[in-house]
Amino acid sequence: MTDDPVHLLIITAVVALATFATRAVPFVFFNNRAPPEMLSTIEKNLPPMILLLLVIYCLKDVQWLSVPYGVPEMFTIAAVTGLHLWKRNAMLSIFTGTGMYMLLVQLDVFRMIFG
Amino acid sequence: MSQQSESLFTSALRTTLPVFLGYIPLGMAFGFLLEGAGYHWIYAPLMSIFIYAGAGQFIAVALLAAGAGLTEFAITTLLINLRHSFYGLSLLEKFSGVGKVKAYLIFALTDETYALLTTTRAPDEESKGKFYFYIAVLDHSYWILGSVLGAVLGSVLDLRLEGMTFVLTALFVVLTIEQYHAARSRFPFMAAMGAGVISLLIFSPDNMLLFSIFIGTLILMAYEKFVRDDLEVNTLPEQTHDKGDLQ
Repeated sequence: MTDDPVHLLIITAVVALATFATRAVPFVFFNNRAPPEMLSTIEKNLPPMILLLLVIYCLKDVQWLSVPYGVPEMFTIAAVTGLHLWKRNAMLSIFTGTGMYMLLVQLDVFRMIFG
Repeated sequence: MSQQSESLFTSALRTTLPVFLGYIPLGMAFGFLLEGAGYHWIYAPLMSIFIYAGAGQFIAVALLAAGAGLTEFAITTLLINLRHSFYGLSLLEKFSGVGKVKAYLIFALTDETYALLTTTRAPDEESKGKFYFYIAVLDHSYWILGSVLGAVLGSVLDLRLEGMTFVLTALFVVLTIEQYHAARSRFPFMAAMGAGVISLLIFSPDNMLLFSIFIGTLILMAYEKFVRDDLEVNTLPEQTHDKGDLQ
């Protein structure tokens, strides 16, 4: 590890450029021409697919095979889903769910249940 | 600030509230990590301002600690953030006509901002660019604020933030339900379930998002090519293709 400031600034610049590149690619590619037909129909279906994948991604570190078996996560997601389908109030669903989850993990409720 | 732009800002503020609560603990974790690795706190906001990528920054700290070379930094970052290329693909239309802020909107396209932009409808076409800009810049500032807090205070205070980042999971769940109500086709959700579960089983947790988006896109393309084309041939002429924005 080197703590030379210049080295760290160069690394920051490289990582920043690489990150921006991944975000800019489609806009550079299709700046002047329309994307092919195939791609533009896909384009419409990407947001719903990616959002559900982001939910699944949030569960990537859950240990399904050991206590508490992902129950706090699944329980809270079910509660958020139920509440949202019922009230359709985004803030209510999100904050009730988060508060519930924080209580569940900080008080370790499910570990007590599973003994 | 005029009456109208003020309500635009307030509306953006309300929309980004869950991201605020999610980015503060996540940003703090990053700042805390960087400071813990022996770097001056000033580098935390610096990286958050110019890089602005959650997973990317965490991995950058790990690479710093491992003494990686510049090429490794570049390649790893490209791979970790490659999923963002898919995000832009579905925003080409939405970002056309947003004006001068377009470059910044592209720069600031994180998972969370993408999720908000694809699910939130701008009040009208004229204020679209401004509204998107507010959302993007607010999210960005939460991230910077979080990383400063983490680097400066993280080691001093003992905050009970455990579980707070679940706010982002809950946000994605709610936005997925909203997409479900708006969508014509249920197929993207089936594609996501398939691709997500396959990727969870096969790939490491850090790689699963990129690969699942890639696999899911392939599934969508196959469906478009073989199933939808078939349907259209059989049900012409009443089957008209919807080109409109569904949101």
